[in-house]
Amino acid sequence: MTASAGGVVKAQIWNDPSARPYVEIERVNKSFGDFTAVKDVSLKVYKGEIFCLLGASGCGKTTLLRMLGGFETPSSGRILIDGEDMTGVPPYERPVNMMFQSYALFPHMNVEQNVGFGLKQDRLPKGEIQSRVATMLDLVKMGEYARRKPHQLSGGQRQRVALARSLVKRPKLLLLDEPLGALDKKLREHTQFELIGLQDKLGVTFIVVTHDQEEAMTLASRIGVMNHGEIVQAGTPSEIYEFPNSRFVADFVGSVNMFEGKLIEDEPDYVRIDSAELGATIYVNHGISAPPGATVWAALRPEKVFMSMSPPAGDDNGAGAADNVVRGNVQDIAYLGDLSIYLVRLATGKVVRVTQPNTSRHAETIGWDQQVYLSWDATSPVVVTR
Amino acid sequence: MVALPYLWLLLFFVVPFIIVLKISFSDVALAIPPYKPLLEWVGKHSLAVKLNFDNYAFLFTDSLYLHAFANSIKVAFLSTLMCLIIGYPMAYGIARAKPAVRNVLLLLVILPFWTSLLLRVYAWIGLLKANGVINNVLLSLGLIHEPLTMLYTPFAMYVGIVYSYLPFLILPLYANLEKMDWQLLEAAEDLGCRPWQAFYKITLPLSRNGILAGSMLVFIPAVGEFVIPALLGGPNALMIGRVLWDEFFANRAWPVASAVAILLLLLLVPFMMWYQSVQARESAGAR
Amino acid sequence: MNYRSSFFILTCIGLGFAFLYIPILSMVVFSFNASKLVTVWDGANSPTLKWYYALLHNEEVLDAAWISLKVAVINASGSVILGTLAGFGLARFSQFRGRFTLNAMTTAPLVMPEVITGLSLLLLFVALEELIGWPAGRGITTMTIAHMTFSMAYVTVIVNSRMASFDTALEEAAMDLGARPLKVFFVITLPIIFPAILSGWLLAFTLSWDDLVISSFTSGPGSSTLPMVVFSKVRLGVSPEINVLATITLGVVSTMVVGVSLWMARRAKLDAL
Repeated sequence: MTASAGGVVKAQIWNDPSARPYVEIERVNKSFGDFTAVKDVSLKVYKGEIFCLLGASGCGKTTLLRMLGGFETPSSGRILIDGEDMTGVPPYERPVNMMFQSYALFPHMNVEQNVGFGLKQDRLPKGEIQSRVATMLDLVKMGEYARRKPHQLSGGQRQRVALARSLVKRPKLLLLDEPLGALDKKLREHTQFELIGLQDKLGVTFIVVTHDQEEAMTLASRIGVMNHGEIVQAGTPSEIYEFPNSRFVADFVGSVNMFEGKLIEDEPDYVRIDSAELGATIYVNHGISAPPGATVWAALRPEKVFMSMSPPAGDDNGAGAADNVVRGNVQDIAYLGDLSIYLVRLATGKVVRVTQPNTSRHAETIGWDQQVYLSWDATSPVVVTR
Repeated sequence: MVALPYLWLLLFFVVPFIIVLKISFSDVALAIPPYKPLLEWVGKHSLAVKLNFDNYAFLFTDSLYLHAFANSIKVAFLSTLMCLIIGYPMAYGIARAKPAVRNVLLLLVILPFWTSLLLRVYAWIGLLKANGVINNVLLSLGLIHEPLTMLYTPFAMYVGIVYSYLPFLILPLYANLEKMDWQLLEAAEDLGCRPWQAFYKITLPLSRNGILAGSMLVFIPAVGEFVIPALLGGPNALMIGRVLWDEFFANRAWPVASAVAILLLLLLVPFMMWYQSVQARESAGAR
Repeated sequence: MNYRSSFFILTCIGLGFAFLYIPILSMVVFSFNASKLVTVWDGANSPTLKWYYALLHNEEVLDAAWISLKVAVINASGSVILGTLAGFGLARFSQFRGRFTLNAMTTAPLVMPEVITGLSLLLLFVALEELIGWPAGRGITTMTIAHMTFSMAYVTVIVNSRMASFDTALEEAAMDLGARPLKVFFVITLPIIFPAILSGWLLAFTLSWDDLVISSFTSGPGSSTLPMVVFSKVRLGVSPEINVLATITLGVVSTMVVGVSLWMARRAKLDAL
């Protein structure tokens, strides 16, 4: 999984310290009574990005989005859009539009009236409203449904109308709250790519809230993973997936094997971890900043584990013969078509998840209760300290 | 299974109207009951139907009746309007309150509805009298120097009707507003509406059925209201319900009373049918 | 998040409830007033219970209350049976001849001006008496029939709307487990819609207990109900005893309404588990 999105955004603009951020969230807090929904969030989003706020329900992502839209006021902190302080500005005066999770289409108006609503509100000339609505409906392929009422449309069609309605005002920033949540899986995948195409064409900056990590991976130029009101990590999809900075992120994005252990060797170019859980030592060829003897966790993605029936040959990254190899029994196999998931029970009782692509049609060499060796490259595990 | 209630309503709700219709075409007589039969044996074998339009002609010639009809409609219409002005913000506020608060407020709306209308109207006599509570309070505050005449005026009657029928307007309106998706208002604001514009363009049109149902529940019975004008309105509060009552009880003019009832019914049937279609639409959930 | 109310709305609610409750509360306060001048507070001798004593020894009022109670109880029970049947039928059978008529006949009494209903029922009773000799004269029987006719419409609406949210799978499950239709009705359907039926009974009772106009048309000599007595007293002028009556009514009604609401809220909570 790589970042397929963010075509408009200049490569890695967020790494350029001279670049001017388009949306700036500065130390924003929001509490409802005793409950803190958003905790000290700072974030910079650049023009043309698709930024995904990813998190479980109740993590504060929707509250953050609603503050950007002007529906909630931050308890403290500032929000700037295109350099202007938006903190006290009501929703109807913000250069921002939102696509609601429920779509919030006006049931007493037809598609055309729904899409034209915001333009009419701005008192644009009738002719211009008509042409802009028509163009936008064509863009989302809803031109022939202009006279339908929302209840006469399917879920996917409603989603398009909602999108058209929020884009027709040419906002500087579009906020999308679970934009694909109400669609079924097939339609969702299809729509994801359409959304990227549309964003590419219009050059609008998107901030998307989602709980679906796959959706975030597909759409986003960058992802901000949220937990308990905080952004725990922000980065490109591959950064988030390959270099999670915490157990939470590693576990929340994709599936992972987590091995707890003690740091026994800590050198600038490698570390060695003794994991009782694993019953072996883990050798990783990058240094970390933690004192020797500290408890750390090695996160290992299932697709990065090699499985073989005979002992593997050691790799040449400096790992010793005892490092990065364990033995276990295949406890369960789930065949998913494109790949298979193996659950391997180690002598310590720990179950390791391994995925292997089904590259060959008939190869079914490893079966239940088979004794196997599991091994991995020294580059594969990520060591996290929290 | 439905036969029993069906027959009951047929016998005690529909048939009576036919009888009222029949009697409205009869002559007044000094007899018990005080009207002449509609069918009379003329000679030995021929049955003559004597349809007597005198009662209706009488109603249309004596300006008292037409005046009473017009006044009833005016009073009912203005009362409904006032109920809407007071009741809409209340229903709206209740619908947007937190669920716990909402239930308490609803209970407070329903409670007066369960207490006798007569007693609640009576309460206003105590408030509006020359030496009543309102005058006493205003006098002691020095806002007025002599008691205001409020009781037995049109003002008192309007207050009474609005007061008594307010819950009937709030409840259906609340039921409608409660189903409202408030996110639509946020969407409207997001698209550039100020809050009052969002209310006018979204909330108001979407609560149309609730407004209509509530208004009808006030308007229709208010047109024929008897108790409130009789107790608060004073002797010259000309309401058609009172006219009917007086024709029946004081003048014993049953045929005239029947004719009044038939005309009143004809006047109200379109509204009742409207009400029923609004109800059907509302329960079907269509907008 | 969605529970927003502006200052304007809060003010409206406050004023609205003041409007609804100040008259009621004034009756409660003045029921303890010693002065016969109802609305002039006699600070020296109040509060007093003397009007309570007077009311409870007023034969006319007590007799009328007894008649009202009889009519109200019979009416409530009768209209619950008729209204439940009609409401159930309307909700369950989408197509039967006369559905439209039944629907119309159960909606119309809700909005029909009372003077029309009262007059028409009286004329029916007079005509019936002439025709078949029944009902002989007017009194409790005719009044009860009249009350049932409009009360059942309310019960029908309540039961019908409860049935609309009834999960028919429950009945199908019972039948699947071997219960016959009649048994299903009594063991499954009836207990579930019981709160609606109870509300219907209470509403029918109250409607009858409070009715003045229809009772006036359909009652006979010696069968004056409580509202009729109150009406004639009020027409003659205000009386402290009416304040007492109002206070007692309010006390009973609010206890009952609050009690039933709490019971139903608890039941709903249990059902949700």
